[in-house]
Amino acid sequence: MEIVIYGIVNSIILILMSSGFALVYGVSRVPNFAHGALFILAGYMAWVFLNRFNLPYILAVLLALVIVTVIGALLYRIIIVRVRGMRTSEIIVSLGVGIAILEYLRWSGLRGMAVMLPPFISGSTSILGVVIDYQRLFIVIGGLGLLAFLWSFTAYTKTGLALKAIAQNERAALALGIDSDMAATVAVALGALFAGIAGIFILPIGNIVVELGYDVLIFAIAVSVCGGVGSWKGAVYASFLIGFAQILTVSYIAAHYHFVVALLVIILVLIIKPSGLFGRQKELEERV
Amino acid sequence: MAELRKERLDRGVKVRTDSIYAVSSMKEIMFLIGPGLALVIILLVLPLLLSPYWERVLALTGVYVLLSIGFGFLAGYVGMVFLGGALFVGVGGYISGLLNTVGVPIYLSIPLATLLGALLCTLAFLPCLPLRGIYFTMVSFVYPLLAARLIAATGVFGGTDGLPGLDVFPNKWVSLYLIVGVILVVVFAISRLVNYKDIGLVLRGVKDNEQAIKASALNLTWYKAQAVFITAVLGCFGGAYLTHLYGWVGMSLFATEFSSLPVAATVVGGISTVFGPMMGAFLLVPISEALREFGTLRIVFYSVIMVCFVAFWTEGLVDYLKRKYEQFEHWVKV
Repeated sequence: MEIVIYGIVNSIILILMSSGFALVYGVSRVPNFAHGALFILAGYMAWVFLNRFNLPYILAVLLALVIVTVIGALLYRIIIVRVRGMRTSEIIVSLGVGIAILEYLRWSGLRGMAVMLPPFISGSTSILGVVIDYQRLFIVIGGLGLLAFLWSFTAYTKTGLALKAIAQNERAALALGIDSDMAATVAVALGALFAGIAGIFILPIGNIVVELGYDVLIFAIAVSVCGGVGSWKGAVYASFLIGFAQILTVSYIAAHYHFVVALLVIILVLIIKPSGLFGRQKELEERV
Repeated sequence: MAELRKERLDRGVKVRTDSIYAVSSMKEIMFLIGPGLALVIILLVLPLLLSPYWERVLALTGVYVLLSIGFGFLAGYVGMVFLGGALFVGVGGYISGLLNTVGVPIYLSIPLATLLGALLCTLAFLPCLPLRGIYFTMVSFVYPLLAARLIAATGVFGGTDGLPGLDVFPNKWVSLYLIVGVILVVVFAISRLVNYKDIGLVLRGVKDNEQAIKASALNLTWYKAQAVFITAVLGCFGGAYLTHLYGWVGMSLFATEFSSLPVAATVVGGISTVFGPMMGAFLLVPISEALREFGTLRIVFYSVIMVCFVAFWTEGLVDYLKRKYEQFEHWVKV
């Protein structure tokens, strides 16, 4: 039972971590390798606002999220837009920005175990005999909420539809008067916001450490690659696959293998089914 | 005021040396071989002039130069953006270290580690070679991390402590001239390989149009594997060299810096020639080492430089210098 519940929680954590990355790549084909850095940045800023400026919790979190979103938008408008369409350069610049942010944080004092966000409500409860703290429940609720929002956003709002149109056929979208740069800006900013939200939800269950920024990026890559980028269903299934694989390794083999499992899953999926679990032919052409 | 525009023309000597009169005078011969000759002389003289601290920096720079050349070769000529350079360094380093602990002397362990390591890395990447573009990049980024975590988790090869007490180079001249010599051979060999050999042509084809390679009945994966092998040889040699430079091998050989700094160097130097990544590494690594007392701020420093170069000055240093060397510019009325 413990395995089932913690497996679900772990999978939803993965969904939260990867949704921003998958969204940006899915709708604007910009691989945002600064994703992990934005994740940590949001959490760290919230911590700074809380502890240095003594702002109330809600205000600190909202402020951090707004700033991260703006950083995402600026990242696109100032830097990525210049190399749009050149895959190599897009990866290099976004990774460069990500590394710069993370290593700057490390230099400016984000070291050791001192930095920690408080949970929304501390304490724990038990479900079906398994003890689980409230923060993990919030993560489940938040993750599901985010998924619902994403789905309704891309399926029903005008901006979301525009983003989808760009992803499917950029020329046709341009002909219909959709501003491709504007849409991509929105996508990257949204992706940054999602990274921030994920950070705010997930970081309270551990310490804020720089290494986590790199790990989040890798998990996001793992989920996107396995699921087939751009397919929500695929990303969700991939999160559950990797999430449960990790929990199973932790409980039956050893805790420090849990990262190795994620990486092995990526490589295995790519060998067995290069289009990803739910990839379609179009994606296969892009990959192989 | 009439509007002006800049016109670029080839220098006379460039035009002459392009054609059959190339060797008609000493001046023209010097124009052709001058830059290469300057490089050889500078690199050969450099170890004689440096203080002990900068000798260390030169040795480390050399390793980064090899990695950068490898990255530039894969990204610029074969079109594979490879972010896993640290894997090569780590594998080469560990194999060399392990061989040394069972008593293989240093002059055997380095070449063995280079070849075995490159073979191993190529085999490890074989399943991922059909992947294209960003997917290959993402997977290559993951490999060195996977290797490091595996070593940390299983505790093999000394686990997180590494293997101490390995042989070091007998004296500084061996260590310095070994790396300088290898750099010189590699630079000119790769330059020759991509410009004058058949495989160079095929590899460029891989970058431009994979379908055309397949349609020519050439085995795409085989050529990609060869390209990865060449890069892996450079990286594994770098790793083995570092192992014996420090007399120690550890998980820091899988550090992300070995993957990311070569990218920055390639971007700064310019990707279109083999010399670009080399120049970039020779510029960036010493600066980065000089900033070491500021801790990770130096990583911020070269990341920012890299981003600025990609976004605002894509040409790169070597291409800029090459243009100045071969052409002159003047303003003309529109």
